Amino acid sequence: MIRARGVARSFGDKRALEPVDFDLESRGFLVVTGPNGSGKTTLLRLCAGLLIPTSGELEVDAERGQVGYLAHEPLVYRELTAIENLDLYGRLYRVAERRERIGMLLERFGLWEARSERTGSYSRGMLQRLALCRALLHDPELLILDEPANALDEAGETLLERELDELRRERTFLVASHAPERLDRFATGKLALG
Amino acid sequence: MRRYFLDAGALARKDLLLELRARDTLPAMLLFIVAVLVVFHFALPTNASAHASLGLLWVAILFTALLGLGRSFVAEREQGVLDGLVLAPSDRSAIWVGKVVATLAFLVVAEAVALPAFALFFTSIDGATIAGVALADIGICAVGTVLAAMAAAGRARELLLPLLFLPLAIPIVVGGVGSSLAASSGKYLAFLALYDAIFVLVAWAAFEYVVTE
Repeated sequence: MIRARGVARSFGDKRALEPVDFDLESRGFLVVTGPNGSGKTTLLRLCAGLLIPTSGELEVDAERGQVGYLAHEPLVYRELTAIENLDLYGRLYRVAERRERIGMLLERFGLWEARSERTGSYSRGMLQRLALCRALLHDPELLILDEPANALDEAGETLLERELDELRRERTFLVASHAPERLDRFATGKLALG
Repeated sequence: MRRYFLDAGALARKDLLLELRARDTLPAMLLFIVAVLVVFHFALPTNASAHASLGLLWVAILFTALLGLGRSFVAEREQGVLDGLVLAPSDRSAIWVGKVVATLAFLVVAEAVALPAFALFFTSIDGATIAGVALADIGICAVGTVLAAMAAAGRARELLLPLLFLPLAIPIVVGGVGSSLAASSGKYLAFLALYDAIFVLVAWAAFEYVVTE
């Protein structure tokens, strides 16, 4: 699903990602590890189509609407409620039976009770749960997750692992993590940067 | 095509809802344009011509629009939401259309207050001026929104937007002032319409490249 050959990215004079090669097959689960500044986020943004490589070849066999991207930021408007945010994304991603899908995800990630609160009042952990809902909303083929367990409490991590466990046989995952040992049981490959 | 306008509509509705909740753009634009008109009222000599005051009206409109444009991508920049919008399968120019509609709505509301205030402080406004303002608003918002997106990605964004926008707004001022003052305002209105047609097309086509790094 993803084929990278010598993919590198610079911002001005600064090299954010050294040339990297890897293949990620369909239904694979590739865990990207590396110290801070090694280019994990840059690599994920490249694969999501948010950046263009400075050099190398990158082929991603997934249309834009088939990528679910979880970033460092939750990518939600703080003045809108969880439902309003997900409804906006649901419309833009043409999610069928949008309301039902939103309700199901909010319920599953423990946010149903807080669905009508503005997300500006959410804790960091709740925002991460909402970001996971947003990334999964359109049932994407390819999931690109940047530190998915970031800010989650133990219950949140359990929810995340349950979700990954359910989806890993049907979806393709590219996941950056500082704690890759928690993802060992899902991983079909590892890519160490830096 | 229907999907495109539904996407743009959803994005514009979101911007209007954000403004309704946060109230950080429209009140500032209203206060600014009224304050500028009051300042001009005292700055102009009492025997100043209607020509001078109509010129200042266009200055006030332009800088009020700049204030609104400067805030148009604040939520996306501060909350990093632009990535989420850009990744959606909808045409990326729909983001631009949504922003243009929302910014245009704020500017029209500001002008709905400012034009009667101008008539009160200075001189009456004719139909040609109102037509000129309407045409100018489209050009201002079309060009300004794409430049605001460009500036939002940069570091010196507060500086960058006026530097990029004001030179491109000179034809709007020429057409706007001409439509307000000239005896035959038709050719100036046609000039504004031509500016709108060209720059709407350019801004619409360029937006995709502005939001892709």
